[in-house]
Amino acid sequence: MKRTKTNPIFRRGLHVALLCLTVFTVLGASDEGARFNNLGHRLMCVCGCNQILLECNHVGCTYSERMRGELMAGLDRGENDDLTLQDFVQKYGPTVLAAPTATGFNRVAWIMPFLALVLGLLTTIFIVLAWRKRPALAAPGGVLPVSGGELEHFRTQARKDTQI
Amino acid sequence: MSQIGSFALLLALALSTYSFLAGVLALARPGPGSERLGETARRAGIATFAVVFLAALILVISAFQDDFSIAYIFHHSNRDLPAPYKFATLWSGQEGSLLFWSLLLSAYGLVLRLRHKTDARLFAYASAIIAAVQIFFLLLLNFAAHPFALMQGELPADGAGLNPLLQYPEMVIHPPMLYLGYVGFTVPFAFALGALIMRYPGEKWIHITRRWTMVTWAFLTCGVFLGAHWAYSVLGWGGYWGWDPVENASLMPWLTGTAFLHSVMMQEKRGMLKMWNMWLIFATFWLAILGTFLTRSGIISSVHAFAQSSIGGWFKWFLLITFVTFAFFFFKNKSHLRSEHKLESLISRESSFLFNNLLLLLACFTVLWGTWFPLISEYVQGNKVTVGPPFYNKVAIPVALLLLLLTAVGPLLAWRKTSFESLKRNFMWPALGALLVGILMIAFGVRPWQDIAYFYALMAAMLSALVALTVASEFIRGGRVISRHTGQNLLASMVHLFHRNTRRYGGYIVHFGVAVVIIGILGTPFNQDKEKEMGFGDKMIIGSYTLVCESYTQDDNPNYTNEWAIISVFKGDHKIETMYPERRFYKASQQPQTLPRIRSTYKEDLYLTYEGVNEATGRPIIKAHLNPLVMWIWVGVLIMIGGTILALIPNAAPVRVTAPARIQAAPAGAGD
Repeated sequence: MKRTKTNPIFRRGLHVALLCLTVFTVLGASDEGARFNNLGHRLMCVCGCNQILLECNHVGCTYSERMRGELMAGLDRGENDDLTLQDFVQKYGPTVLAAPTATGFNRVAWIMPFLALVLGLLTTIFIVLAWRKRPALAAPGGVLPVSGGELEHFRTQARKDTQI
Repeated sequence: MSQIGSFALLLALALSTYSFLAGVLALARPGPGSERLGETARRAGIATFAVVFLAALILVISAFQDDFSIAYIFHHSNRDLPAPYKFATLWSGQEGSLLFWSLLLSAYGLVLRLRHKTDARLFAYASAIIAAVQIFFLLLLNFAAHPFALMQGELPADGAGLNPLLQYPEMVIHPPMLYLGYVGFTVPFAFALGALIMRYPGEKWIHITRRWTMVTWAFLTCGVFLGAHWAYSVLGWGGYWGWDPVENASLMPWLTGTAFLHSVMMQEKRGMLKMWNMWLIFATFWLAILGTFLTRSGIISSVHAFAQSSIGGWFKWFLLITFVTFAFFFFKNKSHLRSEHKLESLISRESSFLFNNLLLLLACFTVLWGTWFPLISEYVQGNKVTVGPPFYNKVAIPVALLLLLLTAVGPLLAWRKTSFESLKRNFMWPALGALLVGILMIAFGVRPWQDIAYFYALMAAMLSALVALTVASEFIRGGRVISRHTGQNLLASMVHLFHRNTRRYGGYIVHFGVAVVIIGILGTPFNQDKEKEMGFGDKMIIGSYTLVCESYTQDDNPNYTNEWAIISVFKGDHKIETMYPERRFYKASQQPQTLPRIRSTYKEDLYLTYEGVNEATGRPIIKAHLNPLVMWIWVGVLIMIGGTILALIPNAAPVRVTAPARIQAAPAGAGD
């Protein structure tokens, strides 16, 4: 039976690509410490210091230590991220989340900046196009601006006149 | 003393009111006596400075004399407060900071009124507008937030003391810098509104206010970053920017002010964006007032809101009145603000300024939106939400990266039109350099596909390199042209080049400073921290450092008691430093405060905080942060300020060429 001959470079490239894919997939896997760090930075300390939970160093804070413990306990129970965050919302209210959720009216918080970007871009493009179409304004006294060869002629003349 | 202070404030209000009314009357009814009436208005404005200065001086003297009969001094000072902080009492609370604001405004007004001969009529308009703003602050001081209000009942033996967070050397200079920035934008706004009211022809008002705006912008830049440095050095959480509403309030006018600084060049060079510039400077002034409203009204909670009260209503009305006034004159007189030229090409300096303005305004809108969204949410949904760092990091960072890209590309574009060939020629080497930086970062272990933060860091590094390289290439290319003509060496030629157009090349240095700041910020995703209870001889390893607790102890000072640890820092086997993270307890205010200790190097900051004591063991808990590249933020800011100062130097007179020389084509991007 005749075997199909595969290009060795192509085969090696395929191996490398598979290896990269495996490595990157493994690299992306998160451990418990990384999850704690990630979730701890998505929560606020509720003592009134207005700081991220894991960054609260408010002297004598009666909340942050307890909340960190609750977060760790939630992770130990094997809860997923959403459930863990939801537990905090139920206990401390929606302000415990460091950023608005992507649900209900809170979506507006995320949409508006991008909507503003799109509108701003469209407006800028519109202005640019309108300006490009606009005829050049006549100089006072009805003299038209010179350009092209005529302008070059004047430039050469000016150079000659001003040379010492 | 307090009576003299109170009288000075009333007199200042009367003088400002006269300055405004007489000024307006003289401008509205030109006639035989109007010049003399206008002159009295100007002099009343000058006298306002003297009287407000007297009031501020009395408040400072009262702080030094521990005059606790004045409620403000009682609430913000105490007998054992060190002298610099007694001086800083002036701006440590609500009433004092409003007085300080008024003092700075009257000082700016003084300079403006002394220079009135530059353009008497335009200056008279600006003077009247400044007097109107001054009236608002003096009304507040006299009727809503009186700094000389007296204590009721028996006089206390000692004051309540200054907020511990404010007892830090930078607090003696951070608020004045920030206020000089906030208040300073009143001057270009006053000139803009004056020019609008009188339908002032041409761009002279922009030439007059150019230096005001640049100086003000430099003060605001300095103030914003000093605030960040203060937060880093005092708050003890290891970061410098938390997207707190008060931090945001200082950033918003900075963003619009930066947009204005760029877009006025369009008006100066090409007679374009006249209406836009009017609105930009108004927005900058308005946002500065809004920032004060946010800080003072208490409608949004913040770690920086040191003074909250019910004066929010006053600010609301003032913001509304200024908006209505400006809008009225804009729509009445906008016909004379038509552009004089058309846009000739999409690839031009003009369009780069347009997109620069779009992105700066978008960044400002994002910050404003994020700051106000909790209130909007409460209104719509009935409950507040928090808009914190995760929101801003997701939304604002991409905008900042786009801005950085424009900062790199913009200077390479010429006015009117840039050919693709010239763009390719000027852009190729900087772009290759930036690409090399990206490859090196990946080679050294930055994995942008692992985390979006690493991706942003990589992009920021590449774009910062692009900015730095384009700035360098502009200097080198221009320097070479001069070197060929004059025979000077390249360095001398670049200095020569700089002197020929200080504003342009000073601006490039500011851009370079921005790139350096970004390099400092991009270390953030690589921060590390560790916390450990440390007894005698206990070790903690973080990065390449080994920390050993040598001892922990307590002390008693007149102003506070404190406890601290003595930590030896080793790198390998070598002891490189001893650090003393500390916690204080201020006696007068009965408030605790941590004082981090920072070892800064160009590579990283080792940042130690004394978190407290384990009650069970009596041993201190030490938290260590390792923050890469932070020092470059402060270096970058110094470069930005230096660049602004250099841009303020007048251009050197054109050099006379005594021998015929072949005219060389100017490099791309020639002109401002």
